[in-house]
Amino acid sequence: MADVTATGWGGGSAPFAVPSKKLGMWLFILSDSLTFSALLVAYSYSRIANPAWPTPFEMYPAVLFSSIMTFCLLSSSVTMVLAVSAAHRGLRGAAVKWILATMAGGLAFVVLHANEWIHLIYTEGVTPFHNPWGAPLFGATFFTLTGLHMTHVISGVIYLGVIAAGFGSGRFESADVEVAGLYWHFVDLVWMFIFPLVYLMSVNMKG
Amino acid sequence: MAEQEHHGNRLYLIVWFWLLAMTGVEVFLAYERLPIHLMLALLLGLSLVKAALIIAYFMHLRFEKRSMTLTLMPPLVICICLMIVFSFPDGLRLLDMRK
Repeated sequence: MADVTATGWGGGSAPFAVPSKKLGMWLFILSDSLTFSALLVAYSYSRIANPAWPTPFEMYPAVLFSSIMTFCLLSSSVTMVLAVSAAHRGLRGAAVKWILATMAGGLAFVVLHANEWIHLIYTEGVTPFHNPWGAPLFGATFFTLTGLHMTHVISGVIYLGVIAAGFGSGRFESADVEVAGLYWHFVDLVWMFIFPLVYLMSVNMKG
Repeated sequence: MAEQEHHGNRLYLIVWFWLLAMTGVEVFLAYERLPIHLMLALLLGLSLVKAALIIAYFMHLRFEKRSMTLTLMPPLVICICLMIVFSFPDGLRLLDMRK
């Protein structure tokens, strides 16, 4: 670990004692959190200010499936920390297997989420500026927020695939696995806000 | 080091259990007919605890140098507080006007 710590900038030791890639990922996560915060606050603002906000999420399938999606992401975070821990101990094979398990969790999430989008778009007729239930803004805010998150999950799965291949072949170090882990946990963290604010605030009591 | 990481893996599973438990509580709360501001506060509160657990343990920030936490977290918290302070009271005000 010590060999990747930046010391060559003439200012003594690295102030945070972390590799520069890791600090870079943290700074990216900081700025991305603010993007998601802005979208989440915009959604929640519209949600609470509108008495006619749609409450389309029924127990089955929406709440059940989004709970399973939450479980998938949380569990994939655990497999990711296990991958990082194996990578730091030099167990390349185990680390790659745990990364593949993480990717499987991410893929399950994407499949379930895409399925829900297709249901909302084709069966219920929700578009960004129209929906059958009430406040037209629902579609725009819902698709922007969950769409940006789904983009992050898909890029994350691709990123992890590249890391798994590179770490398996010895091209990447365990520090690279750790940085990929930071990104993956962040994607999980964002969902911890989208799930309650979007789904649980708008459950359909009749369903 | 190996011993420490062995303990670490058990710790991650405990954190995972609490995250799942809190998610369960959130799903339960969704079906209680609570006033919307109370529901928002409870769900946001639980989610903040979950986020803190993820950042501290999964993202390992608790085990980094304290100076890194102090550099990364305050700006984020302040910016998010500003967004919340300016938006949610106004959203609830609009809700009262429209009722």
